[in-house]
Amino acid sequence: MSNSYTSDILKPFKLKTKQQELLIRVLILCLVYILAFITRLFSVLRYESMIHEFDPYFNYRTTLYVTQHGFYDFWNWFDYESWYPLGRIVGGTLYPGLMVTAALIYRLLHFLRFAVHIREVCVLTAPFFASNTTLVAYFFGKEIWDSGAGLVAAILIAVCPGYISRSVAGSYDNEGVAIFALLFTFYLFVKAVNTGSLAWGLASAFGYFYMVSAWGGYVFIINLIPLYVLVLLITGRYSMRLYVAYNCLYILGMLLAMQIRFVGFQHVQSGEHMAAMGVFFLMQVFYFLDWVKHMLSDTNLFQEFLRITVTCAVAVGGIALGVGMASGYISPWTGRFYSLLDPTYAKDHIPIIASVSEHQPTAWSSFMFDFHILLFLFPAGLYFCFKRLSDATIFIVMYGLTSMYFAGVMVRLILVATPAVCLISAIAVSATVKNLTVLLRSKTKVAQIGSTKGTSSAKASSKASLDQSQPFQKNGAMALLFGAFYLLSRYATHCTWVTSEAYSSPSIVLAARGAHGNRVIFDDYREAYFWLRQNTPLDAKVMSWWDYGYQITAMGNRTVIVDNNTWNNTHIATVGRAMSSYEDEAYEIIRSLDVDYVLVVFGGVTGYSSDDINKYKLSYYRFGEMMTEYGKPPGYDRARGVEIGNKDIKLEHLEEAFTTSNWIVRIYKVKPPNNRW
Amino acid sequence: MKSFRFCFLMLTIAILASPALSDLVLSKVDRRVENAGPEKESLVLLAFPEQQAKNMAYLMATPHEGKGKVKNPVVALPVEAANPKDMPAALTFYSVSLPKGLAEGDSFTFDVLAVFTHALRPIPEQITQADIQLVLYQDSAHYLSPYAVKVQSLSVKLPDSRIESYTKLENTKIHGSEIKYGPYENLPSFSYSPIAVHFESNLPFAVAQELVREIEISHWGNVQVTEHYKLIHGGAQSKGEFSRLDFLARPNVRGASAFRYLVANLPPRAHSVYYRDEIGNISTSHLRGDSKKTELLIEPRYPMFGGWRTAFTIGYGLPLQDFLYESDGKRFLNITFSSPMVELVIDALIVKVVLPEGSSDISVAASFPVEQWQETKISHLDIDGRPVVVLKKTNVVPQHNQFFQVYYHFSQLSMLREPLMLISGFFFFFVACIVYMHADISISKSSASYLAKQQWEEVQAVIQQVQNIISRCLTTHDNLEASLRDLSRTGNIQACKAARKAADGLLKELSKELKPLLTFLQSSPSAAQVLPKVEELVAKERELQEKVMVKHSTVVDGYEKKLGARDIENRVALQQQKLTALRQEVDDLLEFIDEI
Repeated sequence: MSNSYTSDILKPFKLKTKQQELLIRVLILCLVYILAFITRLFSVLRYESMIHEFDPYFNYRTTLYVTQHGFYDFWNWFDYESWYPLGRIVGGTLYPGLMVTAALIYRLLHFLRFAVHIREVCVLTAPFFASNTTLVAYFFGKEIWDSGAGLVAAILIAVCPGYISRSVAGSYDNEGVAIFALLFTFYLFVKAVNTGSLAWGLASAFGYFYMVSAWGGYVFIINLIPLYVLVLLITGRYSMRLYVAYNCLYILGMLLAMQIRFVGFQHVQSGEHMAAMGVFFLMQVFYFLDWVKHMLSDTNLFQEFLRITVTCAVAVGGIALGVGMASGYISPWTGRFYSLLDPTYAKDHIPIIASVSEHQPTAWSSFMFDFHILLFLFPAGLYFCFKRLSDATIFIVMYGLTSMYFAGVMVRLILVATPAVCLISAIAVSATVKNLTVLLRSKTKVAQIGSTKGTSSAKASSKASLDQSQPFQKNGAMALLFGAFYLLSRYATHCTWVTSEAYSSPSIVLAARGAHGNRVIFDDYREAYFWLRQNTPLDAKVMSWWDYGYQITAMGNRTVIVDNNTWNNTHIATVGRAMSSYEDEAYEIIRSLDVDYVLVVFGGVTGYSSDDINKYKLSYYRFGEMMTEYGKPPGYDRARGVEIGNKDIKLEHLEEAFTTSNWIVRIYKVKPPNNRW
Repeated sequence: MKSFRFCFLMLTIAILASPALSDLVLSKVDRRVENAGPEKESLVLLAFPEQQAKNMAYLMATPHEGKGKVKNPVVALPVEAANPKDMPAALTFYSVSLPKGLAEGDSFTFDVLAVFTHALRPIPEQITQADIQLVLYQDSAHYLSPYAVKVQSLSVKLPDSRIESYTKLENTKIHGSEIKYGPYENLPSFSYSPIAVHFESNLPFAVAQELVREIEISHWGNVQVTEHYKLIHGGAQSKGEFSRLDFLARPNVRGASAFRYLVANLPPRAHSVYYRDEIGNISTSHLRGDSKKTELLIEPRYPMFGGWRTAFTIGYGLPLQDFLYESDGKRFLNITFSSPMVELVIDALIVKVVLPEGSSDISVAASFPVEQWQETKISHLDIDGRPVVVLKKTNVVPQHNQFFQVYYHFSQLSMLREPLMLISGFFFFFVACIVYMHADISISKSSASYLAKQQWEEVQAVIQQVQNIISRCLTTHDNLEASLRDLSRTGNIQACKAARKAADGLLKELSKELKPLLTFLQSSPSAAQVLPKVEELVAKERELQEKVMVKHSTVVDGYEKKLGARDIENRVALQQQKLTALRQEVDDLLEFIDEI
């Protein structure tokens, strides 16, 4: 009696099933949002709030410039600190999305009177956008399947290592915001296709604009969407909704994208964007034909008309393309694009692309490393998608398949495939779990009623008969469900482990275990950069291999000859030649480049293997007298495990200016030429 | 300055001790003055040559106390810059006011401490890594004074006993690292005898070209001190190669002139200490603390050779109650002025005291003259910024590390301002969310989709009501069942009948309520999809209701006829089975409708 009494009291507060579900969903989303953020903070907790790697330092430097000088100065910035003596027109050679986003967040926080440093904003931009991506993944999942799949997708993408690798705190790179923009654009486009609403089409155009402003990977969108439209046309799924969505995205998106100076007129001039234009015209032809078919009642006449129109259209298109290509108005495909379609292209033609480790073809192990169980949930999800084919599922299938192919071609493109893999896997998980629970619930209910009613024999017999009709089904479902949860928990553990072990190192600071298990920190890079910043003339020119260019300008605040924006291969080759020639010959090149300091990275003392050993003379200068390891002769190179041959290196035109405490960075000063012979 | 017409006979035992440390030269003069003139005199002039005056950072005169005496807090004698007439222009004068006038024949002994910066000149000016650093100190062996000097001696204390050269005068003695000139007797006024000492000094020549200290008071219990240093090694410039190999192998020989670390003595209970620079955290530092002090040892990123620069920031928090006091309704901050670094010369020191927002009536009390102005700083959650008192002083030495006070008014209520702002911010955010959820903000109220949406919402509301009614019916059924169970336990037939009656009434009412809802659903076009299910639900429920009634009547009947329990059970067994099945169907239907 008391029980019913309390329930009466609580009645007004008791939530209806729907509200309960909403509450749980919102709660889960909030938790996922937070989880996605905090799982990326390993590096901050373990090291410090700092910018990682190479490119992010350039982004950080430019963001600093935006916040200090304003947008227009940034847009017109000529950076004379890099690519000496050429310089770099920064505004016209970068995607400003990331910097502008960070600067806006910074302004907003300051407007709300949170006096944070711009560095903190930059460090946390990537995790923040990763959190936003989980929300987009939820809505995308909801759009293509149901809210359950959306939730699972949000959870999967929140911790997926493939995405975390580019979005940990401090990894302040274009990809951090671009994956959000990519998925958001796709979501808005699918929404537009599903609803046929002009508003969603407009939104997707703006999403596309943001993507174009953030990352060169927008080319993927502008090729995938036309391909998708083409597939829908071929499979007879053409609809007015598709027409509205695509035209809106293409026209508005193109016009908006032209506002980005780095992209400019590429949408009408570059070969990579021609597919989108072709499909756009095809759509018009299709629409026109549809209208003619509607007007003409005679099918024979229409067939004739169709033949003529299609032939004409194809011919006109072909001729236009041919003339454009021949006259040079339409530029041919770039090397990177070719290397995507043909993985061996870069190796033969553009060695500088092939030389970057993240442009290598992907090994199977890294698929397993980055996707874990998603790798086999992905085909299962594809099966479910094919089982319930719709415009939306066709899109996700195409996105999944193409991006998987690209992920196989280049390691870094695993990133692009991650959202698709997560979404498709989420469909698999959600559909499976749903099927299993339906199976379980239908029976437990009977059992429950039986037990509550408590009346004996007749009930028991009915229950028994139910059980007999489906032998072991309940147990099987239970086992499968537990299996699924076990796999998912393994996935979570794996992701956390990968994040903490592999993807949270800033690579500026190296950490190793000392002899007593204590943590030893090698902070040599910053030691050297700070030395440069403080103890060299303001206009000193530093020559180093291009990897360290961005870091030297950002942390050392000195002019560099080449940097990570590898736009001028000749310049890089000149530096490479200076680095690997004999000293006399190198000295001439160095003089001609007006270099004051030469910086080399050397791992012979610490066993740090990614160094510049081809500049061996500078690396090994006076190394022959150094005892690196107990019980080994002096001059024992720990990175290569050999004793060096020539221990008596003399330098004529250069002198050692600074060597860091662990010898990782060595800086040489270029002596002025002798006055007399 | 008429007093100058009278001649002072100074019986001065001036032991000019000059420990030449790093970039500082401390000169301590211990002197006795005796009035030989006829008039009472209360001012004593101190003279410094131009070169020294330019470098003088600190000057203090204290009454001399006998040796071995327990040190009382010494009251410094007031010292002022003076500009007496009839004196050589190349000299700079300071006047010391004596505590009481000195009559003829009286004598008084006092100490003068003067600190000079940048007085040591490295010679040679450039050295290599392997060289030792030699510096030159110049002074006068005779005490330069506008008065006649009776007895005087000078001793120069050096950090190391390696002396390259020194001026040899009569009466010059050398004792290890100490050179002693004198005593000289009966010197006329303004006697000058230049000396130069050239000696080795490898003590750290750390010079902060600029130091900005920011002291931020939070009345929530913290004083946050942030110090931005721009440091240079002020000794001989290094030239040629820097060899890490040599430096690693023999740091004390190949790199003797360099300094590798600095020590800061922070106040006790300093917490959250950090040490970083523009490009990030510097991991080479050590912190040791006890109840008296906190010692922070910091290593710059690289060893500091002559002429090398570095810049860094250290920050620490201090407990508020150690530094903030109240007097006469005013609060005041009592904290040291200068850097906690040991042996550091500061060329330009800027101290910024950031008071909490809403402070007023600000005044500063410092024991030496400082340049002063006010700024505002906008920090977390500030509306119009926090008042900042800026104090600037050039040529600062450790002797300036004295306490100074900043007085201000601050109301305790202002503390609540920021939390309230946060709370109201969140409050308005949620209110905005609620308004957004409940307000109808669609532009076109007559469009088809909008109407359809509204109709659908109405339908949903009606379905919700139907569901409520059905579930109330189901509860009534459960009550009936409960009454049956009570009956089997107590045998009270009347109670059971009463329950039946109540249930009958309730159910009738409910079915009445249900009717208009169903008619609405039938009329509404957007309910077409759900209608069959709802109708099925209602039909099933009615069936269930009838079955329950039948069962109830049967059981009550049985009891009235006093049949055995088993008998009754047998009778209703079949009905019960049907009931269960029906109930299951109704539940399923409810769930299905719920999911729409």
